Parts: sequence; C-alpha cells; structure tokens
Amino acid sequence: MRTGRMVAPAAGRLAAARDVLAGLRTLREPAPPSLAGRVMAQLGPVDSVDSYSRMQTPLWPLLVAWGRDGITAVGRADDPAAFEAEYRSRTGRPVRLVREVPDRLTRAVEKRMRGESVPGLRVDLSGLNEFQRRVLAKTMEIPHGEVRPYAWIAEQIGHPRAQRAVGTALARNPVPFVIPCHRVVRSDGRIGRYGAGGSQSKRAVLQSEGVDPDELERLAQAGIRYIGSDTTRIACFPTCRNARRITAAHRVPFRSARDVTGAGFRACRSCRPFPTAQAA
Amino acid sequence: MSAFPRMVAHHQDLVYGLARRWTPRAADAEDIAQETFLRAYRALSGYPPERIAALHLRGWLARITLNLARNRARDGAHPTAALDEAPDRADPHDPGPERSAEQRETALLWRRLLAGLPDHYRQAVGLRHVDGLSYPEVAQALGRPLGTVKSDVHRGVRLLRKAYEAEAEMERPMTRDGDTGTAERRPATAMRLASEVSW
Ligand SMILES: [Zn+2]
Repeated sequence: MRTGRMVAPAAGRLAAARDVLAGLRTLREPAPPSLAGRVMAQLGPVDSVDSYSRMQTPLWPLLVAWGRDGITAVGRADDPAAFEAEYRSRTGRPVRLVREVPDRLTRAVEKRMRGESVPGLRVDLSGLNEFQRRVLAKTMEIPHGEVRPYAWIAEQIGHPRAQRAVGTALARNPVPFVIPCHRVVRSDGRIGRYGAGGSQSKRAVLQSEGVDPDELERLAQAGIRYIGSDTTRIACFPTCRNARRITAAHRVPFRSARDVTGAGFRACRSCRPFPTAQAA
Repeated sequence: MSAFPRMVAHHQDLVYGLARRWTPRAADAEDIAQETFLRAYRALSGYPPERIAALHLRGWLARITLNLARNRARDGAHPTAALDEAPDRADPHDPGPERSAEQRETALLWRRLLAGLPDHYRQAVGLRHVDGLSYPEVAQALGRPLGTVKSDVHRGVRLLRKAYEAEAEMERPMTRDGDTGTAERRPATAMRLASEVSW
C-alpha cells in the first residue's frame, strides 16, 4: 500500500478508507433477519420433499420413492437418472436420493411382491388421470399368481373398448410390484408390455409368482380362454386359484363365454371371467 | 433436505449483500435473495448427495444471484438499477443503521469509488473483496476464466487505489511529500472528505 503521497488519515475515520481492501470490506451488508424466515416460509415444511432409495428384492434391486402421501414410485434400479427424470415429469416434484428406504416401506413392498395385502399402505398417484387411477385400482384386485387380460380390466371399469388405453395406463404404472401391472396380459396369450423392464422382466415376475407364461401362451394359441370343472360346473380364467385346483380328469376348456353358458356352466365369482349379461 | 435451513443461514449474507449492490432498494435485494434460495433449493432437491457435495456452493449461489439481479435490472422496474444509483435514503439497510457515522461515511466513499470502475472490474472486485469469494468462486459466479477474473480484480484494485489517492490529493490543503503527520493534525480535511461523499 503506497501511503507516502497520501494525506495522513484521521485516526479511525479514514484508517479503513486508506486501505482499499479494508475499504471494500466496509461495503458488506448483512442480510436482514427476516430473510431466512421468508425463504423457509416459501418452501413449506422441508420434510415434504420426496425421497427415494434402493432396496434389494428377490428379483432385482428396486428404486422406491415416497413422499408425504405414501409410496410415489417404484422402478428398476438400473437407471436412477431416468427414474428421477420420469419422476419429475410425472409429479412436477423433485425427488432426492437418500440412504435407505424406511423399514416400514421396505416391508410393505416385500409383502406386496409376495402377494400379501398391506392394510394402510398409501400409494400417491398424483399426476395420473382418473382413467389411469381406475385401471390401477382394478389391477390391485388381481391376486398373486393370477393374470387377467387387458380386456377384462377395460370391461370391469366400464370402458370395454379401451383395451389399448388400459395397456398404456399399465405400462406407465408408477408403482409396479406394489400395483401388480404384470398380472395383466394380452388376450391372445402374449405377455404384453411392461413398464418395469419389458416382456422378459414381466415373464420373470410372473414366474416368480408361480405363473407359467408358456402355458398361458399355449392355451391362448389353442383358443382356450376359460377352464371349467365338470364337478362344480363353474368356469374360470386359467390362472384363477379355483381353476388350478381342478384335476386334469375334470378340466373342461372353453373358447368363449357363450360356450360356457351353452354347456350349462357359470362364471366363477372369484375371477369373474366375463359379465353374466355377456354370456346370456 | 434438512440441511437447507443451515445453508440459508450460512450463505444469506453473501447472497443478500451481492443482490444489494445491484439494486437501490433493500426490498428488491431481499426479493432477489429469496428467489435465489428457492431456485437453489429446487435444484439441490433433484441432485444426488454426491453432486451436492461436489458443488462449489458459494460460487454457484453467487451465479444464481447475479443472473437474477441482472434479469431484474434488465426487465424490471429499475432498468439502470446498479451500484451507481442513488440509494433510497429511507432504506434502513443503506448502508447500515447500526454503523457509526464514520463507518457510514467510509462505506459511502468506497461505494462511490467502486461504482466508478468499469463493469468487469467492478463485478470481479466486488465478488472478491466485498463478498469475500475465492478467485475460483468469482470465476464460477461470473462464468469467466480464472486468469481473466484475477487480472480484472488486480486491475480494479489498482484503479481504486488511484481513485482514492486522487480523491485524497484533491482534499489536501497543505501538500507535503512524505508527510507522516498524525491524524490529529488534520481533522478538518478528514471531515470534508467524508462529508463530500454523502450523495
Ligand atoms: Zn375363477
């Protein structure tokens, strides 16, 4: 600092001014005390930011996301960046990676994967429209180890012609495994689309539940849609637990609802393979 | 993101102080600071922890603040709002009610001198020596190369020193080279120098 040619500063008053750096430091302005409060008030409760983490399952590692209103997303763990991007675009909310999925949710997802119901489990389907929600709600009713055709969902929710839309809604299921979209297949026996990893994954999930996808395809290709029992005279979807109990000697295959009723059989009340009116 | 309130507490002076130099009104600076933190929050919520850890938070926050302040100055109600504008005298934060009269005068002097610098120098000097950012943080905030901001800061400080000396020279009634006189000998000069800068 060259001070030789400068006016001698008054002690105190100009001492700071003499040194450029000290002078500049006098320009610092502390934030008003109100600022932090304003920022936090704008954010709302900070804990409301959605989180996600990895969890191990017998099939694959999964990413599970949750927010204030329950589980918000489930996905395969191979592409976290895609998971986050998809999350943001669907919910409009960011999601942050945290260390682990809370035990309560881990147990809930495991139970759902085993086909058990989890009373009180909340699933946040924000960002989905009414149709998508109804498709997913109906899908929740399909028991572990059983499958239903897309047409069945469409029929059950009152949009019998909307099979394609049902397929699309299921492919975009934000919470696969928790809502078992893998249990909905094509009427022609093919496995169909699957949002959480494609048809091969879908086959694997079904096999893990004891469903034989090859057998499903064989039946469909042979034109067989329902299996009845000649002792109870009740017809089911082939994977219905009632149908699986029928011994080979008593199995009666049907190609249509009309055939079922024509043979004097009725539809199973558990799997509801077709509306009674349709067969009449 | 439970660490966020702590982050706000930690960086609010940087963000607010920087915004304050871009706007004549304290209320606008507070708005800019608030928006900066909200943007930071939204961005950070989407980042994985490793990425947050790797962020140079101060430079990054300063960059957000600067962008918001520039946009506001460009589009907003105060198109030329910047350092060199007369401050709102009723403003309780200008330049600090808790400060003594001397500190206030000193701050006004340096504020005026800093305002006289060419834009690039003023910005780099302000970030480095008012806000106290490191050179890499200044470079990040301004989006300019490290070497450039270093030389801008050095040149800016040199200009400030010259400006200050010129100012002092003008105010000196009894020039004596090498004068080492004590402060007590020229209280009047000091008074005049200080009072002249109350704009
Ligand atoms: Zn059945």
